[in-house]
Amino acid sequence: MHRFAYCLVTAALAGAGQAAAATLTLSCTALGAEADLCREAADRWSAETGHTVEIVHPPQSASEQLALYQQLLAAESPDIDVLQIDVIWPGILGPHLLDLSGRVDPDILSAHAPALLAGVQRGDAVLALPWFVDAGVLYYRADLLDQHVYDVPSTWQELTETAAAIQEAERAAGNDRFWGFVWQGRAYEGLTCNALEWIASFGGGTVVDADGSITLANDAAAAALDLAASWVGTISPPGVLNYTEEDARAVFQSGDALFMRNWPYAFALAQGPDSPIAEGVAVAVLPAGGPDGNPAATLGGGLIAVSRYSRHPDEAVALATFLTSPEEQRRRAIAGSYAPTYPDLYGDAELVAAVPFLGLFGDTLASVVARPAAVTGGYYNEVSSIFYGAVHAVLSGAQSGQAALADARAELIRLSRGGSW
Amino acid sequence: MTGRTSPLARRRARAAWLFLAPVLAVLVLVAAWPLAATIGLGFTDARLDRPEAPRFVGLANYARFGPDAESWDAERQGYFVYDEANDAMLLYRAAEDAFYDWDTGAPHAGPVDRAALFQWHGILTDPVWWRSVWNTALFTVVSVGLEVALGLVIALALHAHMPGRGLVRAAILIPWAIPTVVSAQMWGWMLHDQVGVVNEILLGLGLIGERLAWTADDATAIWAVVAVDVWKTTPFMALLLLAALQMLPEEVFEAGRLDGVHPLKMFWRVTLPLIRPALMVAVIFRLLDALRVFDLFYLLTSNSDRTLAMSVYARREMIEFQDLGRGSAAATLVFLVIAGFTAAYVALGRMTLEPER
Repeated sequence: MHRFAYCLVTAALAGAGQAAAATLTLSCTALGAEADLCREAADRWSAETGHTVEIVHPPQSASEQLALYQQLLAAESPDIDVLQIDVIWPGILGPHLLDLSGRVDPDILSAHAPALLAGVQRGDAVLALPWFVDAGVLYYRADLLDQHVYDVPSTWQELTETAAAIQEAERAAGNDRFWGFVWQGRAYEGLTCNALEWIASFGGGTVVDADGSITLANDAAAAALDLAASWVGTISPPGVLNYTEEDARAVFQSGDALFMRNWPYAFALAQGPDSPIAEGVAVAVLPAGGPDGNPAATLGGGLIAVSRYSRHPDEAVALATFLTSPEEQRRRAIAGSYAPTYPDLYGDAELVAAVPFLGLFGDTLASVVARPAAVTGGYYNEVSSIFYGAVHAVLSGAQSGQAALADARAELIRLSRGGSW
Repeated sequence: MTGRTSPLARRRARAAWLFLAPVLAVLVLVAAWPLAATIGLGFTDARLDRPEAPRFVGLANYARFGPDAESWDAERQGYFVYDEANDAMLLYRAAEDAFYDWDTGAPHAGPVDRAALFQWHGILTDPVWWRSVWNTALFTVVSVGLEVALGLVIALALHAHMPGRGLVRAAILIPWAIPTVVSAQMWGWMLHDQVGVVNEILLGLGLIGERLAWTADDATAIWAVVAVDVWKTTPFMALLLLAALQMLPEEVFEAGRLDGVHPLKMFWRVTLPLIRPALMVAVIFRLLDALRVFDLFYLLTSNSDRTLAMSVYARREMIEFQDLGRGSAAATLVFLVIAGFTAAYVALGRMTLEPER
């Protein structure tokens, strides 16, 4: 009993202490310049508010990060207050995240791009705040297109023809390891991103639509997959079936590919001082699926969420709001090329002049498609696995697009009990 | 042993237990409790993203006939079933053995493809699981077999007296000293179809006509994994066997040589039987290690349904699919398969040892 009373007193004292200055733990990834940017932002917030921020860095691999967060959050641990999460995690981590809807200024929320905001909402709840945006883009060798007199392809069919023609010409000229197009074909989340771009650009939907219906099996989607399967071994190396982002970049950056589908991070590297293709590389919006199709770029990026188990929820929300504010995103865009989530910033001539890449990226932002992560919640990884499994089977020639998608649809219907996720 | 024990003996036994208690407590805490928790969770429908208390589902994670246990809908008191042949979503109430339309709730009138709806579910009926067991078993048998053969050859070579032996012995241990994750990543780049050095060398030698996608093709991926494991673990095997060789009494070999025994016969009849106990221990170490292989498969192959190892399957269910119950059941099966392998190995080992005694 005495012990219990003692605990209460200590807790009350601790509580009184917290009101003055809290110590928050912020988890942000440390890829490239991220660690420094995160530290600087936290220091500025500390200086403004008087609270202390401790920074921890999770493992680099996204799936390891998710596993770590799941362990911490499932144990209701207060160890982390504010965390950087991937754009597809709000559904998975949702039950552990603090609902920010009543705590953040609605005007700030509605200033984000609508596609991004849709991804962090579940019903009325706002589970995270958009921090930076990532989306698939088409890299190409402008020097080779000029040399062989071809335009930047606006449809996937044009890309197929251009890639085949230039690949043949380059090989005839002696570069026997030259390929037309490299992308991410390994059976993993990256293939879901690639395949979603193909089928969405053909008008084949986004696997599961916003109200949960399974829209996967349709002729347009099957046609998109059949076209992609025709690339393997013709304009794309057979090994593309095991390529991740870095494998594709290794081939493209060595000068051995004409086109590459990748995320924006590869741009700075491809233009780096030790890159043999620095002169010729350029970026465009991904192609459309035929004359009536629209281009589609899978949405990626980072969000800032607040743990429901934080001991200082008010301060944590304030830190999250600060990190995702337009001023902070502007700073991150200039210092680290992180694309902002506020469409207004793309109209900021000064910012675009400082970061030319943003000018190209603004067009892509208009065509982003979100993966069906929010609507499928905790089942998202299984949905993605069923989808990329079906796509991989089509790409490796084991099944036709039609057959693989019909099988995947039946599996998704069973998983979701007819679309009620 | 006699029935009566002296007070002194009893006191000594008590003291022994007292001294053992901390170790036993630690063992229970770090080994027995997690194992029991995993086995227990395997009988439930626990999910990582569902904080509510898990429901006991018996053996449903392993094998269960009927509609899928995961499709149980507590609100409607029935199972969701999807009749693919008729493209109909139905509610099945087991007690009445009747079908209702999922959307309207009215009794279902049309035909129902019962044979397709009522199937076996669970890991034991999942072809992907059995494929992963086959992959792991094939990997284990081939890689451990090669490691024993190569390790023995290297150990015999190192056992011969030659200058610089210590240096060579240290040098061959390098692959073993590299963490598996690092060597898997390294080999992944070396085996890369476009920029990899392996294809470059084989092309240069004219052994292959075009660049092969070693890790992307299901047929070659498993052999790539075996090759990397053999590269990494043969030195370990060689050192264990070398240690055994160096313990052997020189007189036996001297006697053999004086009798003019052929060196090959000496190896089969003298050396091999003498190092057998050490060999058996080394093999069982490697066997246990190889059966729980995770990193090589996870990093090196494309992780498609056709190139999983057992541990990768269990991790995928548990972490990626958030299905803690099913993942725990898979982990329990990994444990059982390894226990089975070990038991079989020990039993077979005894059997062949018996006549010599």
